[in-house]
Amino acid sequence: MTRVRESAILDVPIDEVWRWVRDFNSHVHWHPAIARSEIEAGMPPDAVGAVRAFTLQDGGFLREQLLTLDDDARELSYCLLEAPIPLDDYVATIRLLPVTDADATFWQWESEFNPPPDRARELASLVADDIYRAGMRGLERHLQSRAGAPGVHRVARPAEDTRPERPAPVERPRDVEPAGLHPPRAASGSHLTGQAVVMARHGGPEVLRLEEVDVPPPGPGEVRLRQSHVGVNFIDVYCRTGYFDLVTPPGVPGMEAAGVVESVGPGVTHLAAGDRVAYACPPTGAYASVRTMGADLVVRIPDWLGTPQAAAGLMKGVTAGFLLHDVHRVQRDDCVVVHAAAGGVGSLLTQWASALGANVIATVSDERKARVAEANGAHTVVIGRGQDFVDTVRQRTGGRGADVVYDAIGRDSFDASFAALALRGHLVSFGQASGDIGAREIGPMSSKSLTLSRPNYGHYILDREMMTMQAERLFDALDRGFVTIPEPRLEPLDAVAQVHADLEAGRTIGAIVLET
Amino acid sequence: MTRVYVSSVIPAPAATVWRRVRDFNALPQWTSFVAESRIEQNLPSDKVGCIRNFTLNDGGRIREQLLALSDYDMSCTYAILESPMGVENYVAKLTLTPVTDGNVTFAQWQADFDCAPGREQALTEQIGGGVFQAAFAALKASFGGR
Repeated sequence: MTRVRESAILDVPIDEVWRWVRDFNSHVHWHPAIARSEIEAGMPPDAVGAVRAFTLQDGGFLREQLLTLDDDARELSYCLLEAPIPLDDYVATIRLLPVTDADATFWQWESEFNPPPDRARELASLVADDIYRAGMRGLERHLQSRAGAPGVHRVARPAEDTRPERPAPVERPRDVEPAGLHPPRAASGSHLTGQAVVMARHGGPEVLRLEEVDVPPPGPGEVRLRQSHVGVNFIDVYCRTGYFDLVTPPGVPGMEAAGVVESVGPGVTHLAAGDRVAYACPPTGAYASVRTMGADLVVRIPDWLGTPQAAAGLMKGVTAGFLLHDVHRVQRDDCVVVHAAAGGVGSLLTQWASALGANVIATVSDERKARVAEANGAHTVVIGRGQDFVDTVRQRTGGRGADVVYDAIGRDSFDASFAALALRGHLVSFGQASGDIGAREIGPMSSKSLTLSRPNYGHYILDREMMTMQAERLFDALDRGFVTIPEPRLEPLDAVAQVHADLEAGRTIGAIVLET
Repeated sequence: MTRVYVSSVIPAPAATVWRRVRDFNALPQWTSFVAESRIEQNLPSDKVGCIRNFTLNDGGRIREQLLALSDYDMSCTYAILESPMGVENYVAKLTLTPVTDGNVTFAQWQADFDCAPGREQALTEQIGGGVFQAAFAALKASFGGR
């Protein structure tokens, strides 16, 4: 038996939600998957035993029968009679409960069914996401778009700026808001003016110009932020030069910032105006004092964490976290090699792995960085990544080799990393600072049964659940003192061109944060 | 029998909120109106049957007995043995439910009790507003909510 349970808070009073949910023929008005709905045999749509016939948007056909309807408990259940996918013995229950202190509604939608075993996971996620979650949000949107109609009362939102709208001098990057994806914006809230670093075209640091921009109010699922601090990452340089095709000119680069929530759009329940927050995720657009973006990957930051630190360390910290826990699960007494152990992610990896009880062997390029790696908790520090390094790893592990090597150096370290691994060791290649690794044979990996991973940051923060988990793990590690984020160097937003030039020339030490 | 029901949304994952509230002796840590609390006879605070003996900020003393505790449902049921409120047969239940879309927590607190005729309204307000809602507000604030 597979069980699916989804729940949501709808920013709509419970009686209004129930009035729609209890109508067994109403899905067609609010559920995005349903194209046509009909109650068979002319029965009333709230008669227990009534059968509804659905035609889906994709042309599929299904029939469902109402089994119970309880107005007192605001609960109903129904089963599938016929469906285009194998959900045998499917019985679902919807239950509403009031949120008494917000005039909102808790909606729980659950079911049990017997799928073919090899499709259980796929079908469970289809039911959870495409039917339940999409349906709950669909009805919320439907009711909020009717706001103003009798019986619908929106929960009061924070007061918004009421300056008149002005034409936007800069289009938001296309990937922030694909045309036609959003329903018309709610009339609440108005545009705000802010400053943003706009990249007029791909090129050198001189293409970055500070401009006044017009920032629209948040739409459904969006949040508008006043960003006091913006993190600068090397990927921003790649975006500027066009090496990565992530910003289409004219556009705003940047993927990491921290500040305060100014207002939230409909359907956003995990954030509220005034929350101190940060994010480290695509789409680009972080180089700005005010920004509207999808709220899912924006996380609240703990009181004890400074806003500049959050802007400097969220992306690097989350990276270190998933490398040590998800890509490879580092255990006590594992031998862990960290290359470039004095760098941004390398420092955090070294600190965190050593806090996890691993035996950390660090590599660096010079004496000064060796002292940084030692301060980060490395048990052994090697300068350089040649045969000395491989010999040291063998010696420190009784000839066994390393369990995992974290390698962001790429071309210059790949072979040494390979040689330093133990049987069944794991090479985690997460960057290529020295250049492209190029094509490699996988055959030689069998000589030690090695595993190779090439993780991508974006795949470990795919949705709010993953992002929240990653951020909470980082905050917990900071709180326990497993890792520390050093004070970043602060520069004004209009110094961004110089900052990029310094970064490209390797003239910077530690993280740089732009102050807006 | 009079029923009080209060519910709220706590901006943190249910497992996190549950860690805070499942300790039957932790009221001083997460509410604003309890000055001190102890478990009688030195029993563990998650042993069903244990009695918490706590003092309110205004000096009132209350003894409550843990009737049920479920880590599976994330719920806790208890009865009042002794209090200055003038309630009889008072049984309350606190339940947390995960909200999957948003990874926050739906929290419900309900109490059923008997009292002298005419006092229902005052007690409903005192328990629902002064105790349950006040505790939820403190819990929300502690997780960074409004």
